[in-house]
Amino acid sequence: MSRMLLTGNYAAGKVLALAGEANRGARGCASGAYPITPQTEIIEVLSDTQFTKGRIVPVESEHSAMGVCIGAALAGARAFTASSSNGLAYMTENVFCAGYYRLPIVLIAVNRTLGPPWNIWVDQGDSLTLRDAPWLQFYSDSHQDLVDTILMAFRVAEDHRILLPSIVAMDGFIISHMQMPVEIPDQSQVDRFLPLCDMPHRLRAESPSTIGGLTWPNETEKQRRDIQSAMERVPAVLREAADSFESVFGRRPDEAVVPFDTEGAETVLIASGTMAQTLRGVIRERRKLGEKIGMLRIKMFRPFPRREVLAAIGGAKRIGVIDRNHSPGSGGIFWQEVAATLQPKHEALVQNYIMGIGGGDVRPAALNGVIDDLTRRSSATDPIWKEVAA
Amino acid sequence: MIADSTHCGSASCDALLRPGNTNCAGCGMSLGLRWLGEALEGNAPYLVIPACCGIVTAGAFPTTSYGAAVAASTFASAPAFASGIASVLAMNGDKNPVICWAGDGGTYDIGMATLSAAAERNENLIYICYDNEIYGNTGGQRSSATPEWVRTSTTARGKLEQKKDIMAIMAAHRIPYAATLSLAHRDDFLGKVQTALETRGFRFLLMLSPCPTGWKSEPQESIELVREAVLCGLFPVYEIFDGRRFRINVRPETTSPNEYVSRQKRYGLATTDPQRLQARIADQWTRLESLEWEFPADPSQEQLHGELSESVAPGKAALSEPPQEFGNASQTSDAESNQDPPQGPLVGRRMKGSADEVRTAAHH
Ligand SMILES: Cc1ncc(C[n+]2csc(CCOP(=O)(O)OP(=O)(O)O)c2C)c(N)n1
Ligand code: SF4
Repeated sequence: MSRMLLTGNYAAGKVLALAGEANRGARGCASGAYPITPQTEIIEVLSDTQFTKGRIVPVESEHSAMGVCIGAALAGARAFTASSSNGLAYMTENVFCAGYYRLPIVLIAVNRTLGPPWNIWVDQGDSLTLRDAPWLQFYSDSHQDLVDTILMAFRVAEDHRILLPSIVAMDGFIISHMQMPVEIPDQSQVDRFLPLCDMPHRLRAESPSTIGGLTWPNETEKQRRDIQSAMERVPAVLREAADSFESVFGRRPDEAVVPFDTEGAETVLIASGTMAQTLRGVIRERRKLGEKIGMLRIKMFRPFPRREVLAAIGGAKRIGVIDRNHSPGSGGIFWQEVAATLQPKHEALVQNYIMGIGGGDVRPAALNGVIDDLTRRSSATDPIWKEVAA
Repeated sequence: MIADSTHCGSASCDALLRPGNTNCAGCGMSLGLRWLGEALEGNAPYLVIPACCGIVTAGAFPTTSYGAAVAASTFASAPAFASGIASVLAMNGDKNPVICWAGDGGTYDIGMATLSAAAERNENLIYICYDNEIYGNTGGQRSSATPEWVRTSTTARGKLEQKKDIMAIMAAHRIPYAATLSLAHRDDFLGKVQTALETRGFRFLLMLSPCPTGWKSEPQESIELVREAVLCGLFPVYEIFDGRRFRINVRPETTSPNEYVSRQKRYGLATTDPQRLQARIADQWTRLESLEWEFPADPSQEQLHGELSESVAPGKAALSEPPQEFGNASQTSDAESNQDPPQGPLVGRRMKGSADEVRTAAHH
């Protein structure tokens, strides 16, 4: 393990390369790679890597980037790629296919606003459009969390109880381009943490089979329910993986939900990504002033960790969900999930705040404004848009 | 634990296309797959099949009509999926061929960028387009492979645009091997698949694939139709090496596409004005023959050109000049057709009747 000063992109590229190389004892690794701001550095790092058994295929589009990953995974390799914004939108058809084929591909999503009009700054709307795809989704809040989560994502995705692909998201620029000290594991540690990728349903020329032919409604329903069951197994498998991570790397990675000061909290804020980091500082200050306030960061968005969220919220009376994303005609997407999770708990007031859309800089003052509004509220209203610094 | 509801299988490897599949009677794809299976000679392939009739061929889960490892891909993605598979096979020393089996929609239209990119990267795979000149799966709409004047469910009065020249596009990628496959020329077909199997890098095969359902033709006439298409020059049977060396394998025997078009109800206007179609065919052959003449597949032929240029004075100027423009019928040299025809591979370089005559006729 070595501590380095790296951009999030560089760190992500490095860890993908380590994970790919770790499969040299099996079928190797492959990636279809296509650039888009702010993800580009990741594929540059990958393209510059010398693998013992691996290939980065310089494709002509994100659609093909995922296509190559699907083919590679079907042939038994560890497959991964990265994209952002319109790249993810363009890739979408094959993103769904990868999930339905139960291929444990890891996709780094560097969150960026969808366009046109063109805007390269952070907004989670891109990867969240993929929320209905059969993929796990994790939102990291720091460079270290990003590195740890990528490793965990491979481990969980390739577990035979899961076999589902996984998105690891980071905030564009705030993580992707900022340099921070981060611990990058050694190859030998990654080798120990990640078992060789064993794709039980990989295609084999010697045993004729067809993946993806026609299915009738009853088989399709079974397939979708199988996916749901696998999703439901994720929290337990994730916990096991965290135990193993701890024994290999000597520290515990963040789990699906990261509560902060929630004990006895009457007001609980919920956020994700780097906004959760800023929020933590604000909560700490207000706690010092004696407010019964806490927060939780939702790291795992798919499967949505209902149980963990409910447990962390406890008996809170007011809940504010802050979203850096927006589903037109509805509201924030994390809010939709939290509201659905809390349904049986009518007594809690759940208010949605939409902030930092299109990459607006969410600073402590704006978050304090949200908390002031929430603590004064006697009833919830439609999602509230809070303008922030440009 | 895995979702086996996407995965159909059988333990025994038999024919590439098993009996009992759902293809329409007389479907060109059926014979194409059978011959492909034969040419493979037990060399078990990985097939990648995008959305098209060819994946419906597999039939419904949990059975499959394919005696091979098959991955269905999204419509535009067959060459991308196949690139992933081929990459992993290569790094693991697996020698099995990777073959894309795709319709014209997935090839000429939605998959064009993916196909072009895989060709540019010279991926080690074989791409076979069975070209039925329509979107068969969705009920027979036009594609950019649909010939001019043909009626489809979206070109009720006949298509206005010409068919895209996919072979020229693939040749422009300088891929090691590109060839057209005729279902009426079995030895040529099998030989070309063999050549493709023995070649490394990106290989492109184009098969004219009769579709009685869309062509409004009689199922029992499918192979006959392909023969007619080849003999009238509408579907040239040739191969291109490295994108720049050409060999024509079958020469046209007639200039009239009548036998071909009159047996398909999809040809509307063309049947009432066959000369326009004839002119197109002549243009196509002028271009193809100039290319073959200038850039023969067989190097000894090039030498022969040298000798000819010196000894056959009248034809010299016309033959050594580079084509001014593709499809320019004025390349045809009457002097040359009046000559004693050169022997060997040059026999039958021109169709009977010059392209000029045909073109003039078409302008009446
Ligand atoms: C992205 C996408 N768009 C449209 C379709 C619908 N679709 C399925 S097959 C097909 C036509 C296929 O035509 P072609 O490739 O010529 O093969 P054929 O059906 O003639 O065998 C279409 C339009 C699809 N599956 N995916
Ligand atoms: S519609 Fe045409 S291409 Fe499709 S199966 Fe029938 S005959 Fe073959």
